[in-house]
Amino acid sequence: MGGICDKLIFDFSTPKTLLIKLSGDWHISAGLLETSEVTPQLIAHPDIIQINFAVTQELKWDSGLIAFLLKLIKECGQKKIQVACEGLPQEAQKLLALALKEHEKTVLPQKAPKSFFEEIGKKTLKMGDSLAQALNFLGDIAVSLTRLMTGKSYFRWDDFMLLIKRCGVDTLLLVSLISLLVGMILAFVGSIQLKMFGAQIFVADMVGIAMVRVLSAVMTGIIVSGRIGASFAAELGMMQANEEIDALRTLGVDPVEFLVIPRVLALVLMMPILTIYADLMGILGSFLISIGMLHLSPVEYLNHTQQAVKINSVWIGLIHSLVFAVIIAIAGCLRGMQCERNAAGVGQATTSAVVTGITGIVIATAIITFICQVLGV
Amino acid sequence: MDHQAVIEVQDLDLGYDDYLVMKNINFSINKGDIFIVMGVSGCGKSTLLKSMIGLKEPSRGKVLFNAKSFWDADEKGQLDMMRHFGVLYQSGALWSSLTVGQNVALPLQLYTKLSKEQIQEIVALKLSLVGLSGHEDFFPSGISGGMCKRVSLARAIALDPDIIFFDEPSAGLDPINSRMLDDLILELRDGLGATFVIVTHELPSIFAIGNNSIFLDEKSKTMIASGNPKELLVNCKDPRVVQFLTRGKTDDEQKSK
Repeated sequence: MGGICDKLIFDFSTPKTLLIKLSGDWHISAGLLETSEVTPQLIAHPDIIQINFAVTQELKWDSGLIAFLLKLIKECGQKKIQVACEGLPQEAQKLLALALKEHEKTVLPQKAPKSFFEEIGKKTLKMGDSLAQALNFLGDIAVSLTRLMTGKSYFRWDDFMLLIKRCGVDTLLLVSLISLLVGMILAFVGSIQLKMFGAQIFVADMVGIAMVRVLSAVMTGIIVSGRIGASFAAELGMMQANEEIDALRTLGVDPVEFLVIPRVLALVLMMPILTIYADLMGILGSFLISIGMLHLSPVEYLNHTQQAVKINSVWIGLIHSLVFAVIIAIAGCLRGMQCERNAAGVGQATTSAVVTGITGIVIATAIITFICQVLGV
Repeated sequence: MDHQAVIEVQDLDLGYDDYLVMKNINFSINKGDIFIVMGVSGCGKSTLLKSMIGLKEPSRGKVLFNAKSFWDADEKGQLDMMRHFGVLYQSGALWSSLTVGQNVALPLQLYTKLSKEQIQEIVALKLSLVGLSGHEDFFPSGISGGMCKRVSLARAIALDPDIIFFDEPSAGLDPINSRMLDDLILELRDGLGATFVIVTHELPSIFAIGNNSIFLDEKSKTMIASGNPKELLVNCKDPRVVQFLTRGKTDDEQKSK
């Protein structure tokens, strides 16, 4: 007889049989015992053909013991040693039987390994699919808009008014703050350079043109993309996950008509208004810095602004904002409709909507600026 | 079997703000019981369960675990008591961003000092106990509803809890999977020696596995019967309980049978 640790006592008194006495704390919290505690005994006594168990009164156990026994049974199976579980506590025998029952019938699903090129090919095809889906979605929106204009589709004005409130009024405070600060920063940074030439008054021209022509629209676009685009994606994504969109389809209602069109229209209506508001806030921010810190005359500042900002610049700013509204609304709704039916999918859809929205805004800005340059506007 | 009360509910009132859901709930659950909380939909079964698992504070009364009051304990005391629970939620509530194996492993990573390999061993054991060994790498979205329930059960028993709570375990399952889950509950009760508290209105499950129960009534907003469900079916005279346990059959229908 010999003891290895306080949990296992080995008894070789019966020929060809190893009796393992289990004792001590076998709870998971006490750590798991490795079968390597038993292996040396089996190597030292190669004549062993059966293992029996006995338990002492001090034995405390939970799944930790079962995990150890399962490993031991597996190892003994390879060495053709029989393991008799009769000496174990009744409950442990039942759990072991349950675990072993499953081991016998389980067929492990085989996963074919994917090659590097196969992965790249699949990703490329997926990108193509994704582009096709986006184009299909645009087509669906165009068809639904035509149906709406010809009075053939169902339009919920209550939802539309709520969306207008969300896109407009609820976003106003954030747009005010950001635009005011951007105006202030531009004036402050610009004045440092212009001061060197004694031309501080041109801060008015610079900020006025920059804000009205492009910056207000871009800043508003980024705010709206993070706030509204993400909320569209999350909302439609949850509806997709909860099968609400399927319920609309089975009712014969086109989800694009019912959910997407009101969102696109609300944003297209609100974005230009928010942009004009952001223009004014940006100019106000610059005005405050110019009066307060650069000591320019208020009348002179306003005159310069009025002369510098042409109506063309306002139109270009509005075109920017309209294009951004379409991009943000479509990105948000498309990602929401493509959402996988789980919580992680909703998160991915939201992130993707914001990333697509902001990337789209930057690309669109570059294209519009280039066109304006070519046209000499 | 040891008839020591592991859970005692005393004079419990439950509500949301000013709205009273249940009042004067009193019962005790013994070690090793499969205790059923039954009643019609919307009667407050899940609210009662929430107050027992620490998610909803009762308006009045006590929930005692091994004679210690849960809602009177400090945060640390409550967490200690919660370590002895396992909960299987109605939807399964698996974390969708984690694989099946990671779902079961998380409680072990949080509350034990086992190595990564040892945790994998325990995860494999728990999954084999619920009949899903080898499914570690699947995501919850890639397995069936019945499998999700079983993974959720494997997660609930990951830390070998003393008490396992089930909220509508058979909801959304076909009769075969539902029966399989009932058998599994019985086998795990015998193997783990744990106490099971099950909120359900599935009659086949109630009669197949329950050895003690309470019946909650929606109109009187309290419990109106308690005892072994099979005995309640024979002995209980309250028409509301009889109607529930016989799927709403009238006396005449029962007599004609």
